[in-house]
Amino acid sequence: MDNIKPRVKVPKSASAGEVITIKTLINHPMESGLRKGKDGNLIPRQIINKFTCEFNGKPVFSCELEPAISANPYIEFSAKVNEAGTFKFSWLDDDGSVYETENKIAIK
Amino acid sequence: MNLTRRQMLCASVGAAAAGVFGFSLSASATPEATAESIKNFAGGKEPAMGSDLTLTTPEIAENGNTVPIEVSVASPMTDDDYVESVVIFAEGNPNPDVAVFHFTPMSGAAEAKTRMRLAKTQNVVAVAKTSKGQVFMDKKEVKVTIGGCGG
Repeated sequence: MDNIKPRVKVPKSASAGEVITIKTLINHPMESGLRKGKDGNLIPRQIINKFTCEFNGKPVFSCELEPAISANPYIEFSAKVNEAGTFKFSWLDDDGSVYETENKIAIK
Repeated sequence: MNLTRRQMLCASVGAAAAGVFGFSLSASATPEATAESIKNFAGGKEPAMGSDLTLTTPEIAENGNTVPIEVSVASPMTDDDYVESVVIFAEGNPNPDVAVFHFTPMSGAAEAKTRMRLAKTQNVVAVAKTSKGQVFMDKKEVKVTIGGCGG
């Protein structure tokens, strides 16, 4: 898979107890396995099937994705920040690849 | 499947759409299959239609390949009362499953947005389950001009 790069938008800092919004996007074809190529054969399925977000090692949010999710999956959710720390995001691909990224957040 | 776009639109309006549409997997993509999945998810409970769960979709989606959707559940999101998961179904897709969101008290709010594919005009259903065992449901019809899923 060429150049799959996750992008995440997390505020740099937040007040303790604040609920922040996190926006994520990863470029990925999300090939459903139902589409036919030019040669008339089905294009094999290639889907990011799971996304997780952890904060300081504790689960915040996760989701299971099906082929019905658009290409370049965009996921937006919220998180409650009680302390400074690191968000860790991972995307699981059908082929076993895991794409990861991390973002730090400080307390105002 | 050599239907023109106009024919496809007509076909999708009719009740016999699933048969005419000709997806090889269309047998599994019925409102009945969705109802069955909802039953499994809810553990036999009857979901409450109401204001606690809000599913936001556009009324008309010009492009079925990227339809924005948003779910939001009213919940205190405390350690003993929070929304565990929200599942989304598209009744008219070849495979009705779309996504399952799992929340924790650390989510702060039971809200999520994503973008989905819709094969044709259909109902989108969201069902939420809380840690106390409550089940909520919301349903919206989305009119699709150009279907996604590469059909």
